Amino acid sequence: MDSHATQLLMELGAIILCLGLLATAASRFGLSPIPLYLLGGLIVGKGGFLPLSTSEEFIEIGAEIGVILLLLTLGLEYSASELVTNLRRSALGGLLDIVLNAAPGVAAAFLLGWGPVAAIAMGGITYATSSGITAKVLGDLGWLGNRETPVVLSLLVMEDLTMALYLPILTAVLAGVGILGGSLTLMIAIATVSIVLLIALRFGRFVEMFISSPNNEVLLLKILGMALLVAGVAQQLQVSAAVGAFLVGIALSGQLAHTAHELLTPLRDLFAAVFFVFFGLQTDPAKLPPVLWVAALLVVTGIATKYATGWFAARKAGIGPSGRMRAGIAMIPRGEFNIVIAGLAVAAGVDSQLGPLAAAYVLMLAIVGPVAARLAGPLIRRRRRIRAAT
Amino acid sequence: MDRIALPGIGLQHTFTTETGQRLGVISHRSGQRDLVIYDDDDPDTSISCVQMTPEEADGLADLLGTSHIVERLAELERQVDGLVTEQIPLGTDSPFIGRTLGDTATRTRTGSSIVAVVRQGTVIASPRPDFRFQIDDVVVVVGTQHGTAAVARIFRDG
Repeated sequence: MDSHATQLLMELGAIILCLGLLATAASRFGLSPIPLYLLGGLIVGKGGFLPLSTSEEFIEIGAEIGVILLLLTLGLEYSASELVTNLRRSALGGLLDIVLNAAPGVAAAFLLGWGPVAAIAMGGITYATSSGITAKVLGDLGWLGNRETPVVLSLLVMEDLTMALYLPILTAVLAGVGILGGSLTLMIAIATVSIVLLIALRFGRFVEMFISSPNNEVLLLKILGMALLVAGVAQQLQVSAAVGAFLVGIALSGQLAHTAHELLTPLRDLFAAVFFVFFGLQTDPAKLPPVLWVAALLVVTGIATKYATGWFAARKAGIGPSGRMRAGIAMIPRGEFNIVIAGLAVAAGVDSQLGPLAAAYVLMLAIVGPVAARLAGPLIRRRRRIRAAT
Repeated sequence: MDRIALPGIGLQHTFTTETGQRLGVISHRSGQRDLVIYDDDDPDTSISCVQMTPEEADGLADLLGTSHIVERLAELERQVDGLVTEQIPLGTDSPFIGRTLGDTATRTRTGSSIVAVVRQGTVIASPRPDFRFQIDDVVVVVGTQHGTAAVARIFRDG
């Protein structure tokens, strides 16, 4: 074994071991490990304390696979019929969600003079709630049974559907295709998404017959292979690799999707962690302080707009005051997809401050969200009791 | 009993007991079951959420003495697209009051199966062809949308 390979093994081993330790710390405090992975990446790597020599290239490919797996498992989470029913039921809430939460990011990009392309990316960064963190918060705090929970979950489903349309647009705009090319890509994207949904709804059985296998090993290889292949083709068509993987996930449903999700979860966890580290690696910690105040402002507005979104959606569904508050708070966490969007933007070379800003934003909201939910539960209950007593 | 889909998680059933206590069960896709107890004054808020493994939930269900049939049907309906279950209450004017399941010939005529009959709150699972219907029985049918509708018509008009 040559010295390059040895060095690579040692660096990778050390990084993954450190991630394990960070994840332990996060689970001890009931937090998402995502902010810690980001911090880990910031500390090593470009401009950090411990620059890596050999493993960057490997990590870059790992990060690419991480994004694909994140979107694939997200697609597996929801079936096509769930997406379509949701679209009918919570379109208004979803629209409010987009308008309220993308606006601060778009405004910030224009105020900072980053131009329209960065504005589209920033809108996505402030918009997406982390469905992973929110679902975990709901489960951990025993909020799953609450009557506002279906409303929150519907909003999350709507966000994911929005992502399927947004990511191709973003990819196209970042590639510099202009308005005309952008709208063409949008049409292609809408057509692709509709066709995949139609196939999943009508002919899901045939896709499943092709993939299905009683042998877990065969199943894992088939699904992973298909997702990577479709992601690559999608990238080639400029529809974004992430969306390709997402659509593969959507096309599978039922028991097969459930088994596939279980099989892919460990792989997803590994490569997604690599992705977050990679984003941290690319971000120069020296660039963080100048954007901190913008990030802090965006965090405050981000909390307020998400809270308002959840509150209104719950009110529209006829949920009482305490449920409305919980719905608002549950929507606050940001995480994986905000970083995915920022990663795409950084790779395309938009303003060099966008990466650090997104990192700081997600770092704060991935921590603030769950903590706020944890603290809010007892407060909401006490407030109710005081109300009831008077 | 209310049934709500929880996208990405599973299904939730809620109901209120005679004494006014609101209860819910969340059926996770993973097989986990949560027993949810709601606040007396605030029907939106759960005050307790007991997480159970599939085995624990089965054990509890056995202790409570209910048949699993409702949950199984919901499960079936969720897994198989296009399959629906329908509950058909028998009114006084149904031509099959006092006659047997065999007389209806629903399976041959519609392709749908009568999987259970609910009589005075108890579930009679898999009724045999010589099963005799009474007023206020609720017939549980599984089949396609078209087939179950046809069964409902048979019980109404003969």
